[in-house]
Amino acid sequence: MKQKFNIIESTCVPLPLENVDTDQIIPARFLKATTRDERFFGENLFRDWRFGPDGTPVKDFVLNDPRYGGEILVAGRNFGSGSSREHAAWAIAGYGFKVVISSFFADIHKNNELNNFVLPVVVSPAFLQELFDTIAADPSAKVRVDVPNQMVTNLTTGVSEPFELNPYKKYCLVNALDDIDYLLLQKEKIEAYERK
Amino acid sequence: MNTLFDKIWDAHVVQHVDGGPDQLYIDRLYCHEVTSPQAFDGLRARGIRCFRPEKIFCMPDHNTPTEGQDRPIEDPVSKKQVDALAANAAEFGLVHYGMMDPDNGIIHVVGPEKGLSLPGMTIVCGDSHTSTHGAVGAVAFGIGTSEVEMVLASQCILQQKPRSMRIRIEGKLGKGVTAKDMALYLMSKLTTSGATGYFVEYAGSAVRSLSMEGRLTLCNLSIEMGARGGFIAPDETTFAYLKGRDYAPEGEDWDKAVEAWKKLKSDDDAVFDREVVYHAEDIRPMITYGTNPGMGTAVDGTVPTLADIPAEGRTSFGKALNYMGFQPGEKLLGKPVDYVFLGACTNGRIEDFRAFASVVAGRRKAPGIVAWLVPGSWKVRRQIEEEGLDKVLEAAGFEIRQPGCSACLAMNPDKVPAGKYCVSTSNRNFEGRQGPGSRTLLASPLTAAAAAVTGVITDPRELL
Repeated sequence: MKQKFNIIESTCVPLPLENVDTDQIIPARFLKATTRDERFFGENLFRDWRFGPDGTPVKDFVLNDPRYGGEILVAGRNFGSGSSREHAAWAIAGYGFKVVISSFFADIHKNNELNNFVLPVVVSPAFLQELFDTIAADPSAKVRVDVPNQMVTNLTTGVSEPFELNPYKKYCLVNALDDIDYLLLQKEKIEAYERK
Repeated sequence: MNTLFDKIWDAHVVQHVDGGPDQLYIDRLYCHEVTSPQAFDGLRARGIRCFRPEKIFCMPDHNTPTEGQDRPIEDPVSKKQVDALAANAAEFGLVHYGMMDPDNGIIHVVGPEKGLSLPGMTIVCGDSHTSTHGAVGAVAFGIGTSEVEMVLASQCILQQKPRSMRIRIEGKLGKGVTAKDMALYLMSKLTTSGATGYFVEYAGSAVRSLSMEGRLTLCNLSIEMGARGGFIAPDETTFAYLKGRDYAPEGEDWDKAVEAWKKLKSDDDAVFDREVVYHAEDIRPMITYGTNPGMGTAVDGTVPTLADIPAEGRTSFGKALNYMGFQPGEKLLGKPVDYVFLGACTNGRIEDFRAFASVVAGRRKAPGIVAWLVPGSWKVRRQIEEEGLDKVLEAAGFEIRQPGCSACLAMNPDKVPAGKYCVSTSNRNFEGRQGPGSRTLLASPLTAAAAAVTGVITDPRELL
């Protein structure tokens, strides 16, 4: 969903697992929807980790743990690997996350998050580990993600780190503009390219 | 001193966006039913048409059942999605190969087979295995649905140029070692994120000696190392494969095209951001034991022990073995198998059926094994029949199904039940990939065939 990004300050949901693939984020059987209903995808985010085969919540999965909540998902290295399904980004957005923090993202999923106004924030392995430790010690711990200044801060420890975001994407996020808006204005340049 | 990747990419840059990505022109967009409906909705919401409809080809493959395709799809949700693609293609004036059309099949099998994917092109599809088309010497990669909408609307996407990586495999593959084993070996060495951020050029004598089918398998699996795509510079093998295909140039145009395609190679002094070299002689038939494609070992090897795994990966490793029902350090040979799947965009081509048939010829399917043999396209199925492979397979107790993605991802009736083991020629062994609770062991068609006739994990070299 298009929204303007500025400073986000929130508690976090920790998922300290590596190589979380998009099949886990949203299993294939939920890809049959023909509409972009983010609420539907959000309800099925991490479906098979979150619910048993009979639909009962899996107690020890973090999304079912009442101690954790917020707009920031903190995940282990290589988040979003595997399938290109944008439904994974729709599910993350639909659940209510605005930011995903990890030490490493798979390429396609990272683009998909950005195209759906979910901000992937890449931090150092040390920052990530400290953040996991902070949240484990205090689930009400908060993190600040300052988009204009490209700075992420663990508000419990006070440790900050800059994060990368290319100026074009930053402009899009801060102003709630998407790539298609941009491309539709480029027709003449595209036609000139085709004549070459 | 340019890489082939630089040459193809740079030739397609419409403009460099200030402070951002490149605006890249796309020569071919493929659409399947799963990742396109929301993109077409986007066009309708904006009130626009496709910018270059003649460059876009559509076909359903993920939801299609692999038997009874002459009847309507029973699952109403699948049917709706497949019908939506047909309706969208009609509304926007796009070519559509529907179910039962003689040109239908898995998009990544049909594209090269129709000559729609050609050297030097930029090719995209809302599917991570679009990297397959790199085998013809194209820059091909998977995109998300928003990006599909960008291409429908403008024939362009905005994309940060990936870094370049060359993977050379030198030497000669041993008996019973295939392109699939080569790819599983690379993943086991590089891990599933080892090539993230890179576009891979495969090179070296072992790669050169692969058939086109083998090259398609190798490039297909690039994404499983995290790479955005992978390709092989075109050569005589490529030209021989493409000549005479429906959409390949003809006559004088063909000669001119081949002259141009011959120039598509990295300069001798090209500099890659990363380069690795492996030796074909080190590769044995491979199989996976865990829940990502990088968790593979030689079929006659053992599951790693905790000590082999870096500290930060141990939680995931333990979770994976627990899911698979395996112990650290144990042997895989002789483990019982319940299902065997031959097919998918990875291994659903004629050469894969020839390989499978070569192992099962004169033998019988083991009792209790459920086997799905699913051609990647109707064309592959017709060729199986022309070569008489269907007779060989039937005599061994196997049947050939109708084309589609089948058991690769559990979006159609072919699903592996919870707890069951499937030796699969597909591309992903993620938790639940072949059905909730399913346990997938990725392997080559030869290793799959060996399991199908013995009922247990078997080294295919013993049956050749």
